[in-house]
Amino acid sequence: MTDTPPRHRPKMRLPIEWLGILPFVLFALLFLILPTMKIVIGAFQTPEGSFTLQNLIDLNTDSIRRAYWTSIKLSMITALLGCAMGFAMAAAVVFGGLPKRIRSPLLTFSGVASNFAGVPLAFAFIATLGPAGLVTLWLKTEFGINLRAMGFNLLSFWGLVVTYLFFQIPLMILIIIPALDGLKREWREAAAVLGATGAQYWRMVALPILFPSLLGTFALLFANSFGAVATAFALTGPQLNIVPIKLFAQIRGDVLGNPNLGYALAFGMIVITGLANVTYIVLRTRSERWLK
Amino acid sequence: MAFLDLTNLEKTFGANRVVKDFNLGIDKGEFVSLLGPSGCGKTTVLRMVAGFETPTSGSIRIDGQDVTDQRTNQRAIGMMFQAYALFPNMTVADNVAFGLKVKGISRAEREARVAEMLRLIGLPDLATRFPFQLSGGQQQRVALARALAPRPRVLLLDEPLSALDAKVRVSLRNEIRVIQRELGITTIFVTHDQEEAMSISDRIVVMNGGIAEQAGAPFEIYNNPRTRFVAGFVGTLNMFTATVESQQDGLLTVAGQRVLLPKGPITARDGDTVTLALRPEAIRLGRAEGREVVMPATIDEVHFLGSVIRVRARVAGTVVALDTFNRPDQPPPPVGSAAEISFAASDVILLPE
Amino acid sequence: MTRIVAWAAVLLGCLYFLLPLAGMTEFSLKMRRGVYSFDAYVKVFEDPTFWATFGYSLTLAAATIVFGVLLVVPTAYWVRLKLPQARPVVEFITLLPLVIPAIVIVFGYIRLYNTSSFLPLTGSAFGTDILLTMGYATLALPYMYRAVDTGLRTIDVATLTEAAQSLGAGWFTILARIILPNVLVAVLSGAFLTLAIVIGEFTMAALLNRPAFGPFMQLLGANRAYEPPALAVIAFTITWVCMGLIQLVTRFSKHERAKA
Repeated sequence: MTDTPPRHRPKMRLPIEWLGILPFVLFALLFLILPTMKIVIGAFQTPEGSFTLQNLIDLNTDSIRRAYWTSIKLSMITALLGCAMGFAMAAAVVFGGLPKRIRSPLLTFSGVASNFAGVPLAFAFIATLGPAGLVTLWLKTEFGINLRAMGFNLLSFWGLVVTYLFFQIPLMILIIIPALDGLKREWREAAAVLGATGAQYWRMVALPILFPSLLGTFALLFANSFGAVATAFALTGPQLNIVPIKLFAQIRGDVLGNPNLGYALAFGMIVITGLANVTYIVLRTRSERWLK
Repeated sequence: MAFLDLTNLEKTFGANRVVKDFNLGIDKGEFVSLLGPSGCGKTTVLRMVAGFETPTSGSIRIDGQDVTDQRTNQRAIGMMFQAYALFPNMTVADNVAFGLKVKGISRAEREARVAEMLRLIGLPDLATRFPFQLSGGQQQRVALARALAPRPRVLLLDEPLSALDAKVRVSLRNEIRVIQRELGITTIFVTHDQEEAMSISDRIVVMNGGIAEQAGAPFEIYNNPRTRFVAGFVGTLNMFTATVESQQDGLLTVAGQRVLLPKGPITARDGDTVTLALRPEAIRLGRAEGREVVMPATIDEVHFLGSVIRVRARVAGTVVALDTFNRPDQPPPPVGSAAEISFAASDVILLPE
Repeated sequence: MTRIVAWAAVLLGCLYFLLPLAGMTEFSLKMRRGVYSFDAYVKVFEDPTFWATFGYSLTLAAATIVFGVLLVVPTAYWVRLKLPQARPVVEFITLLPLVIPAIVIVFGYIRLYNTSSFLPLTGSAFGTDILLTMGYATLALPYMYRAVDTGLRTIDVATLTEAAQSLGAGWFTILARIILPNVLVAVLSGAFLTLAIVIGEFTMAALLNRPAFGPFMQLLGANRAYEPPALAVIAFTITWVCMGLIQLVTRFSKHERAKA
């Protein structure tokens, strides 16, 4: 019995080591993967449980199409503006020759602001740009500018854009400042010595190097705003026609009159955020050939 | 007028005067090293020539043209940095072509020039590699090719070898020198390594505390250091305290031994204490012809380095280092034994106080 | 020139960020006609539902943090020590909650754990609380895992483990007495971030019908004028305190390390 061949041992050890992450795998299965699978499978099932594509076909109604389109537009615009404005502020702090003292407060504030989303954020904007908000009243009494008459309404698409930027911009700042710090001074100097203008340096060197980070942040900001419910719900109530709010109403009260259509609606959300991230991964690997 | 002229160059950062009244003229095709410890201002001088720093006062002229207020990208210079300066997102060929591309040179011409440059640095097959796939030595070679591709008027080298291993460092520095001679390009090389500076320069400027202490050919700097700092920074020195016996004749005594300096009168007064210095290779173990000063010594340490044997001996209360060549018929002296050392008064460097 | 543009970018950005904060603060003080007063805050603090929902969310945040730490620390430790090959998979899973919207996840919960399922968690209040805690742990997973994993990177996990084992320590002792104290700063950072996320969370709590702080705020917002901005100020202060605490523990640990 003592001369058991030792080479059997490695075979036995592998599954035992994998047992170490069993709790994690169980958690991920039960509370992340299976619930998601439930939605995905449900999207392809009839209420009786047989396979169908009817749910996805039924998504093609005017109201649902418009909801998706508004959601995609909202996420695109807030992600784009968030990236652009966050980048401008981050670049100003890193390269703009501003005093070093403002950097740390800006980062701390960004940490706070990027987490200050949801219901209270909506309240803050109602108190500022709403019908009786601080800025609205101030513009009206001091300058005679009537925001409402000019077509601005906080409880609309553009109102949502302005509000979402409050957490999109800081998120961009938090992610892009380390990336900007990673740009070596020698690259800029080497480009200058070789005759490049500042714009040429940015176009040919800095932006290509930053591209993967920019893209990743964009995908993150997109998903961030695409799935956001609380801010929009607290701002506009259930009437705004965007996908997460429609889904919210459907889960609460089956407003679509077909439970499996709800699955399809949610499945559509997964597909879109999933696509955004696949695009991101593909573009990233392509733009990072130089880092294989 | 020299090809590259630095006149009364000054740079202050806040209250800190980093470069003080720096003057240097470099001829076309000359290879000049700025040598000194870190913080001596040598890198600041280079960065002012590159245009990364604006001089507080003074002027920089290249080929008769005042470039003091010109932007970096208009100066037509080339530069190699310490490390990491290749653009990581571009292949070797794209890196080398960068300077040509921003100049608006046609693709065909660019490709020809890149191929020529890669041949020059001996890496013709690496055109499609990315920087992270290259060794440190290869990266710096590509950096050299990139700097030379747009035919710069001046080449600036900012410690380009200090991040490499010793072997690559020596081979690359020789290669840089060969290429520099071949192209006849005016070059400033910044380094803190005196051996490096001496091995490849036409002329060395030793800097300390923001000023140029001495400028001259390596031979001159090494053998006739004008200041105590230059003497100590360039090479190893053995120092003795001596007393002036006769200022007129240049006669000194060191631990009772008479040393008659062949150059005659010295500036110190009779009875003064002066410091005289000797290079390790100027001191011999034992007596030898033409080395008239002989002193008793005790052997402290013996380091066998191969072709050279470095011996540390106690002489007149101080420890001196001396080098002798290895000879198969003559084993090094045992540690602790008594011996004699000798040197010629003509090899003595009298250090200013 | 560059500097002027830079200042403009930063100042405009600050203006955009400060205006809503000024707006909510000012509005919250306007409850009494004509003068600034704290009436709105008094109203909020006098409301027993405020305290009940706030307490509920706080409890759930605590449960989420405890569960998250117990789940993430051993997993991240084990992956670093024994299962580097599992790293890409584990990291991918921890990033999924950033991709799959919370509303989709909670939708899955409702349908998967209904009263007639294999695990009827939504059948009882306590079961739903557990489900909500798991949901919050999912939301916090990307942040918690990254914080702890970064913390583990700064210590030599393998050497510490071997040293502890050679002194006769078991796995529990190693994790509780060696690893946890060494990544305490990371764990605390993750914990405060979790608190900031959980305390005002709306979607999951609302859809699971639990009396949490987020749905309470939303309900109040739909029916009142001056209390909501007061709540926003309170929520902002809580977020600020959480982030401040993260900075504090990080800075404190740097000092400790500098002293050592």
